[in-house]
Amino acid sequence: MRTDLAVIGAGPAGLAAALAACARGVRVALVDAATEAGGQFYRQPAAGLRAGRPEALHHRWRTWERLRDGLAASAVRVLTDHHVWAVERGPDGFTVHALLGPEQEEPAEVHARAVILATGGYEQVLPFPGWTLPGVVTAGGAQAMLKGGLVVPGRRAVVAGSGPLLLPVATGLAAAGVEVAALVESTAPRRLAGHVPALAGKLAEGAGYAARLLRHRVPVLTRHTVVRAHGGGTMTPRPDGAMAPRTDGAPLRLTGVTVAALDGDGRVRPGTERHLPCDTLAVGHGMLPHTDLADGLGCRLDGLAVAVDAEQRTDVPGVWAAGEATGVGGAALALAEGHLAGRSAAARLRGTTPDPAPAAVKARTKLRRSAAALDSAYAPPAHWPEQVTDDTVICRCEEVTAGAVRDALDLGAGDERTVKLLTRAGMGWCQGRMCSTAVAGLAGCPPTPSRRPFARPVPLGVLARQHPQEGPS
Amino acid sequence: MPLTCDVVVIGAGVVGAACALYATRAGLDTVVVDRGPVAGGTTGAGEGNLLVSDKEPGPELELALLSARLWAELAREGLGKAVEYEAKGGVVVAGGEAARAGLEELAAGQRAAGVEAVPVPADRLTDLEPYLAPGLAGGVHYPQDAQVMPALAAAHLLRASGARLLTGREVTGVLRGTGGAVRGVRTDRGDLHAPAVVNAAGTWGGEVAARAGVTLPVLPRRGFVLVTEPLPPRVRHKVYAADYVADVASDSAALQTSPVVEGTPAGPVLIGASRERVGFDRSLSIPALRALAAGATRLFPFLAGVRAMRTYAGFRPYLPDHLPAIGPDPRAPGLHHACGHEGAGIGLATGTGHLIAQALTGRAPDLDLRPFRPDRFTEEAE
Repeated sequence: MRTDLAVIGAGPAGLAAALAACARGVRVALVDAATEAGGQFYRQPAAGLRAGRPEALHHRWRTWERLRDGLAASAVRVLTDHHVWAVERGPDGFTVHALLGPEQEEPAEVHARAVILATGGYEQVLPFPGWTLPGVVTAGGAQAMLKGGLVVPGRRAVVAGSGPLLLPVATGLAAAGVEVAALVESTAPRRLAGHVPALAGKLAEGAGYAARLLRHRVPVLTRHTVVRAHGGGTMTPRPDGAMAPRTDGAPLRLTGVTVAALDGDGRVRPGTERHLPCDTLAVGHGMLPHTDLADGLGCRLDGLAVAVDAEQRTDVPGVWAAGEATGVGGAALALAEGHLAGRSAAARLRGTTPDPAPAAVKARTKLRRSAAALDSAYAPPAHWPEQVTDDTVICRCEEVTAGAVRDALDLGAGDERTVKLLTRAGMGWCQGRMCSTAVAGLAGCPPTPSRRPFARPVPLGVLARQHPQEGPS
Repeated sequence: MPLTCDVVVIGAGVVGAACALYATRAGLDTVVVDRGPVAGGTTGAGEGNLLVSDKEPGPELELALLSARLWAELAREGLGKAVEYEAKGGVVVAGGEAARAGLEELAAGQRAAGVEAVPVPADRLTDLEPYLAPGLAGGVHYPQDAQVMPALAAAHLLRASGARLLTGREVTGVLRGTGGAVRGVRTDRGDLHAPAVVNAAGTWGGEVAARAGVTLPVLPRRGFVLVTEPLPPRVRHKVYAADYVADVASDSAALQTSPVVEGTPAGPVLIGASRERVGFDRSLSIPALRALAAGATRLFPFLAGVRAMRTYAGFRPYLPDHLPAIGPDPRAPGLHHACGHEGAGIGLATGTGHLIAQALTGRAPDLDLRPFRPDRFTEEAE
């Protein structure tokens, strides 16, 4: 199909961008991989689940209602189930290459004069011994199960890691009836206190969560970390009720975690370890921007995020970016950035002067400041690699252990790329999205943006059919 | 000034690693220096082709045959597993009758030069490759073609050499003494003093030569490789279409794609490489990937339903006559070159390292080095 503007990603940034642009008279296609608009933040329970009060699981439900109703009333073409694998720049615009879900075998193309990348972010999890056990889920994954499937991952959970996401996950699990044995946050409270002015709004939000944690009696352990997850379940009940060793080859399952206090340098304080029984560990260490499509288009990155100007324009003409892709800062910031991007793109497409909404500009400034403050406050323990034993799997797709990564470093690999070449860490299905920060950490290098020319795997037949000279040689 | 070592090798790619291995085996105290990590340049973006099949009779084929023997020797010595050496053989197929006739003529010449090249009639191709497309005109089986994993090859050759490895250290100049003789290298972290220096800097070999005050016109040629999802073994050999040979010797700057399709021990199938002269531009070229996919699915129709997981680009260093520069540089006594191997550097590394070690120790080289003389381009210019 042909359109003026393709917005990729229907989360807060993409929704705001699409609505702003459409309201200013340009044709907009909103492209997303999911079955419904909303993104991760406004993830909706599947219709078949007949959720009675979906708003109970959501923060800022009214904003969602406004976006949802606005979208329904708008002329925006919503293309769900479109898994975008690349955006190609041509002489007269852009081609968004997608695969239709869920099989992702049939191609679909959207031709547009301009593109807004609202590709969001993904969760980062640092490895520790036992992190691959069934029962260990990502914090965002636990939240997605709650919001999208209306299911709880277990009966007794520990929520651990670092970052602002842990609070809603812990309170969400507790409200859904899960016993939350502890919220384990590696950041010290005084680090957050140091950013009070920039965090004004966020602290109020945090105070709300604190009250809910208290109400659900969730113990909060700050400056603590999970040092190991323990598995069990090799015994299974026989029909007569007695316990017998398993013969079905079923994997071990999480039975508990060892947590420990951290010292001022981010090292585990010896002698502070204690065991917390649980069947679920929801763990996360913050978010990373999705930059694959931007990188494929040749957009300049600033660190790990897409670089944009005051109008949310990238350095590639005709390409805007907004939301987590331009730096992780939460849904409210994504809405402001998306709105500004949509207005700018519409104006540029129509040849008029952009008229940025002063309120959105102001909100963006304030929210970026608090995002930066949160980012510098929340940090995984500085010496986390010390806790990673050689037998800990780092790359789950290719089953590469920390020991293999350390061997590669010994062979002369000095960076993430060479570790990947020598060990295959990061070469599997997820293309390093899960392990790349961990590999960089073990290598002692700062994380670098990975190059993923295919934002998702694409059948060779789809590529081949697009080749102009295809035919018998 | 006390000497640091007998020889400094610039470049920790596979060619530098092979130079270090044979130099230390010849008794030379060797230091390898690289501005990046091991296999950080072209080696890390290679496919690991050890091919004799794609070379016309001549000096490059002789070097490929020597190198193939040396790779097999290293594999027998115990390095085979570490570098994922596979003596899998190659199968070159022809789509039509004209291509088949051309291929058989090439094979006849290669046989005369010592290559094992066995013609395969059309109806026997599936004995070798059960999943090949129907309707091909025939092919040639090359049992000497083999494969290694390039980055592992560089890393393990370096480890086996026992040479000292200095990574993350850039050579900023080549030290010259009285009479112009090389005395070592200057790096961003101090000087290394040695009477001999080997330029194994691959695509950046021209820059290193310039830092020694000599010219070597090394140019980059971009190549993309497509990597599929892991599969059970279905492609047994290195398989490619006969027009590949013409592409390698081509002087055209336009995109040419000749899909070499091969399985890997880890499961993914590699398809590559495209060939474009676009300088050091690393940006993604979807047209090049489409052409690779089209070529690969023509050879193996089952690949149409297989997913490409990723692609990587690298720069193949080439010299104007498509032969590498190997041997001492008379313009700078003590300076040796071992670069410009284009897309064949992994395969030609062992022979190159062996010849460089012979030159460094004053022994007669196993091959005539004249076609590889590093100063052959300046003469032409004069």
